[in-house]
Amino acid sequence: MYQYDEYDQKLVDQRVEQFRDQTRRFLAGELPEEEFRMLRLRNGLYIQRFAPMLRVAIPYGLLSSRQLRMLAHIARTYDKGYGHITTRQNIQYNWPKLEQVPDILADMASVQMHAIQTSGNCIRNITSDHLAGVARDELVDPRPYCELTRQWSTFHPEFNWLPRKFKFAFSSSTNDRAATRVHDVGVHIVRNADGELGYSIYVGGGLGRMPMIGHLIREFLPEAQLLSYLEAILRVYNRLGRRDNIHRARIKVLVKATGPAKFAELVEQEWAQILASPQAAELEFTPDDLARMKAHFAAHPHRTDAVNDAGFDKAQQNDSAFAAFVRRNVREHRVDGYKAVFVSLKAPGIAPGDITAEQMELVADLAERYSFGELRATHDQNLVLADVAQGDLYDLWQALRGAGLATPNIGLLTDMICCPGLDFCSLANAGSIGVAQDINDRFDSLDHLYDVGEIKLKMSGCMNGCGHHTVGHIGILGVDKKGEEWYQVTLGGSAENDVSLGDRTGPSFSRDQIADAVQTIVEVYLSERSDEEETFLQCYRRVGMAPFKARLYVEAEEEELAA
Amino acid sequence: MRTLIRNGRIETDDYVWLSDDAELPANGKFIVSLTRWQQQRESLAMDALCVGVNVPNTVDISTVIDDLRGQPLIALSFPSFADGRAYSQARLLRDRHQYTGEIRATGNAVVLDQLAMLQCCGFTSFALRDDQNPLHCLDALRPIDLAYQPVDTHASLVSTLRRAAAA
Ligand code: SF4
Repeated sequence: MYQYDEYDQKLVDQRVEQFRDQTRRFLAGELPEEEFRMLRLRNGLYIQRFAPMLRVAIPYGLLSSRQLRMLAHIARTYDKGYGHITTRQNIQYNWPKLEQVPDILADMASVQMHAIQTSGNCIRNITSDHLAGVARDELVDPRPYCELTRQWSTFHPEFNWLPRKFKFAFSSSTNDRAATRVHDVGVHIVRNADGELGYSIYVGGGLGRMPMIGHLIREFLPEAQLLSYLEAILRVYNRLGRRDNIHRARIKVLVKATGPAKFAELVEQEWAQILASPQAAELEFTPDDLARMKAHFAAHPHRTDAVNDAGFDKAQQNDSAFAAFVRRNVREHRVDGYKAVFVSLKAPGIAPGDITAEQMELVADLAERYSFGELRATHDQNLVLADVAQGDLYDLWQALRGAGLATPNIGLLTDMICCPGLDFCSLANAGSIGVAQDINDRFDSLDHLYDVGEIKLKMSGCMNGCGHHTVGHIGILGVDKKGEEWYQVTLGGSAENDVSLGDRTGPSFSRDQIADAVQTIVEVYLSERSDEEETFLQCYRRVGMAPFKARLYVEAEEEELAA
Repeated sequence: MRTLIRNGRIETDDYVWLSDDAELPANGKFIVSLTRWQQQRESLAMDALCVGVNVPNTVDISTVIDDLRGQPLIALSFPSFADGRAYSQARLLRDRHQYTGEIRATGNAVVLDQLAMLQCCGFTSFALRDDQNPLHCLDALRPIDLAYQPVDTHASLVSTLRRAAAA
């Protein structure tokens, strides 16, 4: 993985000291609260419902064991002993103390981590495929490009005060696992007809209160020219994006207002001028730049005999619990004999994405022992050990299981995405963690879950949509009705290649009804599906909303009559 | 009067801001609005007058640069702390249009915590917001020595250093 050199380290260290000074000035009353707010946001620090919340960047989700141990240390020393993996592959702490944040940032800098630009109206952490580098359907590893983009976007002096936050996602595989079409900019790494590497650029996607799917504005951008083109997009946005209304300030609103074709034209004009400028050569990747960066992400030294191991198949035959784990939580690897293993942070009774300091330390040890000392955070709020020899899988599974990290539910209903909601977030209309719990209780029988199959349930506590509800196969959105918590439901969303936004079922459900509603939706699916192969999403797209609506609202009415 | 930092020093502001309805003096240094400049170009071009122009942050620099290139000062404004449009304007003036005069930052973002970035993007003078401590601000303007982006020509570019080290 990428290792800081002296320059990266110096820039991050300087930033820690700058923030220490800003915090000191704020506490001494020398810095207006509103300005300190914007500065601290750019260092990952929110003030939310109960306490500050610190969001630490995990660039494109990749972590080393050493870094994870530091995250455990921070959880234990400055927080209540746990952290929360977010839908942007970051980690959040919910209970740090403001005065201690500079020390936390200094601790993180000692392991090449930071919280820079994890919040605020600037370029945010760059996300990518959690199976980058090991997926079979991948063209090239996207992470070198992510890291080059991370460096360009970090402290970019022109783009630190944008109209609104700005998110990039990179994907280089047939199956889009990075939700690129619902990002401000989605970058697909592709080959053109001549076999040259480059990028397709999508702009103006996004979730939140005005969900939109990104538009293709450039079919093929040559590999060397990524940064000049991104600079052109950002400059057009910085100049023309709306600043009069925070809800109209994202780039998607600008793209919609100009129309994608006109927007593309503006970017092309700006880009042509950048290419003609003296900076163009410095923004352009040289073959050496690319080679050096790619060397950081070279494949691990996989054992060639890993595929000969016979114990893996046998263990599955002898232990059905292990077989279930393999079926749900293990994915193919590009090297025969290796597997990518999902560590589930969706055990029943745990808020989705939460992980304790002890669990972090265990996973760090296991990553060191079985997966070359690296792991990934996923935007579905789980972890991945991406390079495990199949012969090690049984031991790894037992160790994970002992720590409550092996729930075999990846991709199933209980592997839901859920924002912190009312329990932590000051913007929330409604709780999401409690609802997640209720749904978990309904579907606690694994056999039933398996029968239901792949369903992505995503839940947000408010319109901001941090839980990506609009692209959930089932989406749940917390709304406030006269001070009570209610839930709006959407069906049929997807963030993958077949990207689509979910449709509203109709009126919202109360806190008491919402788990029943999810159960009803699942029952309708089970009775409507053409066969066991038809997934929830396929089924919904075929039969439409009508059968779901009929059952959902008939039941609600009957209940009301009975009450 | 606001403290001015220019060329790395605290200096007295030799320009006077002239409102649109104020009478045009016979000589001296003034900053006028872009509107007034466009309306009274001929009378403002008198030899005895030295005129800087204040350009709103909504203006596309490429549409006015030809008209302003000969002026010694262009003032760009930050109506609020978080409105970063003039950062792009300054870069365009400096990098794209090679404007060589004084580019002055004015308004609510001209504070300690933004000075270094303003300087990177091509501003050369800073009309500090009233609540700012000029000495602390001066300190914050120490040139940046290292940068990831080819924006500030004074900073060493990380990618250039790496290319040199690898060669
Ligand atoms: S979706 Fe709303 S409630 Fe949930 S974390 Fe985001 S802002 Fe908070």
